[in-house]
Amino acid sequence: MSLLHISDLRVSYGGIEALKGISLDVEKGEIVTLIGANGAGKSTTLRAISGLVPLKTGTITYDGQVISGQSPQKIVSEGICMVPEGRRVFPNLTVLENLRIGAYLRKDDIQPDIAHVYQLFPRLKERSWQLAGTLSGGEQQMLAVGRALMMRPKLLMMDEPSLGLAPLVIRDIFRIIRTLHEEGITILLVEQNANAALRVADSAYVLETGSLGMHGTGEELLNDPRVKEAYLGKSRGQ
Amino acid sequence: MWNTIFPYLLSGISVGGQYALIAIGYTMVYGILRLINFAHGDVFMVAGIVMVYLAASGLPLYVTIPLVLVITAAIGFLIERVAYKPLRSAPRMSVMISAIGVSYTLQNLVLYITGGLNKQYPTIPWISDSVTIGSATTKLVTVITPVLTIVLVVALVLLINKTKIGMAMRAVSKDFETSQLMGIKINSVISVTFVTGSFLAAVGSVLYFTNYPTVIQTSGAMPGLKAFVAAVFGGIGSIPGAVIGAFIIGIMENIIKGLDVILFKAGVISKPLGLATFSDAFTFALLIIILVVKPTGLFGEKATDKV
Repeated sequence: MSLLHISDLRVSYGGIEALKGISLDVEKGEIVTLIGANGAGKSTTLRAISGLVPLKTGTITYDGQVISGQSPQKIVSEGICMVPEGRRVFPNLTVLENLRIGAYLRKDDIQPDIAHVYQLFPRLKERSWQLAGTLSGGEQQMLAVGRALMMRPKLLMMDEPSLGLAPLVIRDIFRIIRTLHEEGITILLVEQNANAALRVADSAYVLETGSLGMHGTGEELLNDPRVKEAYLGKSRGQ
Repeated sequence: MWNTIFPYLLSGISVGGQYALIAIGYTMVYGILRLINFAHGDVFMVAGIVMVYLAASGLPLYVTIPLVLVITAAIGFLIERVAYKPLRSAPRMSVMISAIGVSYTLQNLVLYITGGLNKQYPTIPWISDSVTIGSATTKLVTVITPVLTIVLVVALVLLINKTKIGMAMRAVSKDFETSQLMGIKINSVISVTFVTGSFLAAVGSVLYFTNYPTVIQTSGAMPGLKAFVAAVFGGIGSIPGAVIGAFIIGIMENIIKGLDVILFKAGVISKPLGLATFSDAFTFALLIIILVVKPTGLFGEKATDKV
């Protein structure tokens, strides 16, 4: 049984159907990626899973339980955490406070988790007392990932983690995604950077204007001529 | 010269403290909801009316004062749940109109209950006692107010900067949606904000009305407006700003009230000019100047957020 199962998910924003009935599965321990163009519904899918937007139809099942229709708080408490698009760190909180607020629902000792995040991102430790608004884009992205890890997620959803970052920083982010994968965290990754995303993904879906298109392993889609043409560009000289 | 100014300065500091306790409610609610809670001055007035009726019921003061604080906090909570929460995703203007509606509802409710009569505010012993400090003879409440205000403000700042709920308040004030993703219940955080603001307004009301003989349904309008100006002056959304703004306005108002006497004794003028009339006008002129010259106030943050 898959960790996350979505069937016939439809979401509309005031008459415009952003998702037209998609079904997908995320297996435990996998990295699953959703690729697609702007406005394809990638972010909406993640927002629907985390309970931020209401579903029109469809069910979302997580770990055998139906979670669709639950509040975002309830869904977070089940271990589904999101790294939102555009980082969205709290600029008026310090780096440390951003990490602590990531563990808002936890009652137990969070010190080991803070140490773990600092070990993954030593830069954050150096800047622990700095306001998050003063960090660079890459550091904010690391903080957003670290903040999500504080809940000890079973399923980590990342929305465009590479957006607007320098190539070297993007490489760092994907290195971290691999590390988290090795630690056993299931990852649902939404990316426009299809090339990088497909390289790390065990399984991948292509989303086209609210509907699912192709599906396969990351490797399969990476070598698919249609994907190459539409999402990878012709000069994929690697 | 100093002996002439001192009594006005002292009462200015005291009134400033009372404005500060009201202004914090405006600034906190604005900080989290971007809403000017026009009903806040009326909550302050209702606290006074509740005190009148509780005292008339014969309960001892050590019961009525805490009860006033609790009831006022509950009213603040209720107003938010009934009039603002259902409009969470509505345009900001709708919420503001709802706030004006709450303001009139409270005033008319009190008008109905009291029949529009001035209600005698109970005399609270000890804080109503006279004291003489230097050249000023005043009620003890004048001295207690600024001290109590500072203590409450320090406690509030600690609450916001050092506790988990305070951290959640700061997070919610920046980003509702991401706060929800952290598992924060934004409605609870907003309720805490309203409860805190109303509680402080109730404290302010006990101190304020001790200096005035009566309460009527419009008693909240003027102090409410003054506190609002103080919040804007200090930079709405900023708690230290609201407090400093309130003290400045309180002091300036009272100095202007005494300006005739001060100038006369200093030999600058030979007959009274009636300058005291301008003490209210000063506050509102200040509002206009601030809005024109520095709309973000003394400590307000810029409207543009770094993305």
